[in-house]
Amino acid sequence: MQTSTLILFVLALTVVAYVLGRQRSVQLAQPLGGIKRLHSLPNYYGLMAAVWTGIPALVIVAVWTGMETTVITGTVLSTLPDTYTSVSESQISLTFSRIRNIQLGTIDGSQYPDLVQAGELLQRLTESSQFGKVALTLVISVLGGAYAWLRTSPRLRARPQFEVVLKGFFLLCSTIAIFTTIGIILSVLFESIRFFQSIPFFDFVFGTKWSPQIAIRADQVGSSGAFGAIPLFVGTLLIAAIALLVAVPLGLMSAIYLSEYANSKVRGVVKPLLEVLAGIPTVVYGFFAALTMAPLVRDFFQGIGLDGVSAESALAAGLVMGIMIIPFVSSLSDDVINAVPNSLRDGSYGLGATKSETIRQVVFPAALPGIMGGVLLAASRAIGETMIVVMAAGLAANLTVNPLEAVTTVTVQIATLLVGDQEFDSPKTLAAFALGLMLFITTLLLNIVAMSIVKRFREQYD
Amino acid sequence: MTITNQYTEHKADTVTVAKTEPDQFDIGDWTQTVGDPLLDDPRLSARNVDVFYADNQAIHNVSLDVGKNEVIAMIGPSGCGKSTFLRTLNRMNDSIDICRVKGEIILDGHNIYDKSMDVVELRAKVGMVFQKPNPFPKSIYDNVAYGPRIHGLVSRRAELDEVVETALRKAGLWDEAKDRLDKPATGLSGGQQQRLCIARTIAVSPEVILMDEPCSALDPIATARIEELIAELSENYTIAIVTHSMQQAARVSQRTAYFHLGKLIEVGDTDKIFTSPDHKLTEDYITGRFG
Repeated sequence: MQTSTLILFVLALTVVAYVLGRQRSVQLAQPLGGIKRLHSLPNYYGLMAAVWTGIPALVIVAVWTGMETTVITGTVLSTLPDTYTSVSESQISLTFSRIRNIQLGTIDGSQYPDLVQAGELLQRLTESSQFGKVALTLVISVLGGAYAWLRTSPRLRARPQFEVVLKGFFLLCSTIAIFTTIGIILSVLFESIRFFQSIPFFDFVFGTKWSPQIAIRADQVGSSGAFGAIPLFVGTLLIAAIALLVAVPLGLMSAIYLSEYANSKVRGVVKPLLEVLAGIPTVVYGFFAALTMAPLVRDFFQGIGLDGVSAESALAAGLVMGIMIIPFVSSLSDDVINAVPNSLRDGSYGLGATKSETIRQVVFPAALPGIMGGVLLAASRAIGETMIVVMAAGLAANLTVNPLEAVTTVTVQIATLLVGDQEFDSPKTLAAFALGLMLFITTLLLNIVAMSIVKRFREQYD
Repeated sequence: MTITNQYTEHKADTVTVAKTEPDQFDIGDWTQTVGDPLLDDPRLSARNVDVFYADNQAIHNVSLDVGKNEVIAMIGPSGCGKSTFLRTLNRMNDSIDICRVKGEIILDGHNIYDKSMDVVELRAKVGMVFQKPNPFPKSIYDNVAYGPRIHGLVSRRAELDEVVETALRKAGLWDEAKDRLDKPATGLSGGQQQRLCIARTIAVSPEVILMDEPCSALDPIATARIEELIAELSENYTIAIVTHSMQQAARVSQRTAYFHLGKLIEVGDTDKIFTSPDHKLTEDYITGRFG
């Protein structure tokens, strides 16, 4: 039986257990005077039976499947002579796949009698492991169900017990996100460490030249490789700053208009329309930036007499990105401005303040922590955005803060480094992971700083 | 509480009152306010005021004068329109789209509902204190300085300091607040917050102060403090106060106006209203037969 079939089978058993457990509680209650004699509703007895039938069995499946490969591989390799195992790790895994291929008959194994033997062992072990897994799982499942059946009684406190089960389930769900984050950090970290073994850490962090081409042949010219990350981070921050300069004022003011001035009819039309901006795919923004905005920017600045304006510019990418993140600012700000109590507005109007004075001096400061949250979200979108930059700002890693020149960003370089055929042990590829790690640390620091600012304001204003 | 909520609440209350006791409290052929609503030399006078929320009439033909330096209390059962009437006196109802006001309210010889009237100026003259203390999320100093700043009443910091101190002294908050002027106003107790709101209002030097149930969110000690304050303030200001507590009306006011179902039933000296009212409804209300 396949593992997926096994899981489906356990789930079916669980459903059966639910129905049986429910029925049993009702039957037990009947002679006592109906279900009002039960401690909990019949539903909860059914649920507890399902929990006992399903959860231990599924845990067994998970643990067994997780360990099975390691154990079997270890056992098979330990039977081989030392000549096979006292070599590098990648050699061993090569040997193992050869064993598998011989066993499957895709390779002729007559030259390697040791491997043929190992292949047979592998086959036996796999089969018995599969059988053991199915048998143990089904036995545990049925035993669990039987246990639940036996302990079902009108005095069983099934309702609070199920509460405990749910609590554990929710805890599990919340830790999954945390473990995933830790996993991502670790995988990026290990690859980065490999990168820093070939490129010194400080050359990467403080280097001002980015040119990740590595010579493949010894006689190749001009591709020594330079991995200075500064131009990328400057480019990223430049474009993000331009985007925020567009999005924060526009988003905030449209939020103020929507929440303070617009009547409900206008608001009902404008707010969803604004939010549509967030739903446009970034590739489409990329077209717009490259085909419409970039030429416009170039023509405008040539028109006012500036020479050498590039067709790809940080300004064009930043402007379009700014438009894209307006909804993040406006929608969140609108919500928090609406949450400011009307009594504060009344108090201000009652003192003779005009609408704009009230907004500036009372509503805005009270809503500031929430508005900062929206700006933060917009900023992290801007820093992580790739597509618009690829299309409108180019790939040239110029170290400049001139918004009219072509620049590139961290995410664009990561994407470029990993596209196409790559060897995973060259610094060129590994640089992508180091960049990812740096970007992660940068946004983390930004978040921490912004959060502490928000916290300070919150203490002051609440 | 939002303005709209207050309105719906009023409407709902009106319906309940009318439904539960239709005979006993039917105003019947009500024609005119009993007592003496009009004065010789009023500070503020309302003439034939009707207020509508969409098609629902909340105030029916109310005429009432408020005298100089007097405290007038407006009492009546929930939903009688006393708060609505109070809010028409400085046009706080303007922000409700469906609210319409007919009639005239005269302040310093001008109808405040005239097109030429500057609402900002009006509200500087007719200040308001609300039911729930609503200090701004700023420091105590900035709360009091808010009005003088927006109206440009002072030009130098020293003058502003003086205005703030005077207002806090008048509101009886100076001794408690002088060492923490730069601390958030939200850190004050409920009663202190309400006195801060009063200080904030008098910092603009209004002529009239409207108070909409200013003590309903406060404990008895804080209430007593505010009532003392109202008595002190009445030496310099004209005060109109809406209250649910008849004892409070009796304690703080010189004149009392009794509202019922949007109509002004009876107005007179507070002593007279609470001892020998002329109208049956007033008598029923103050003796606690409903309300």
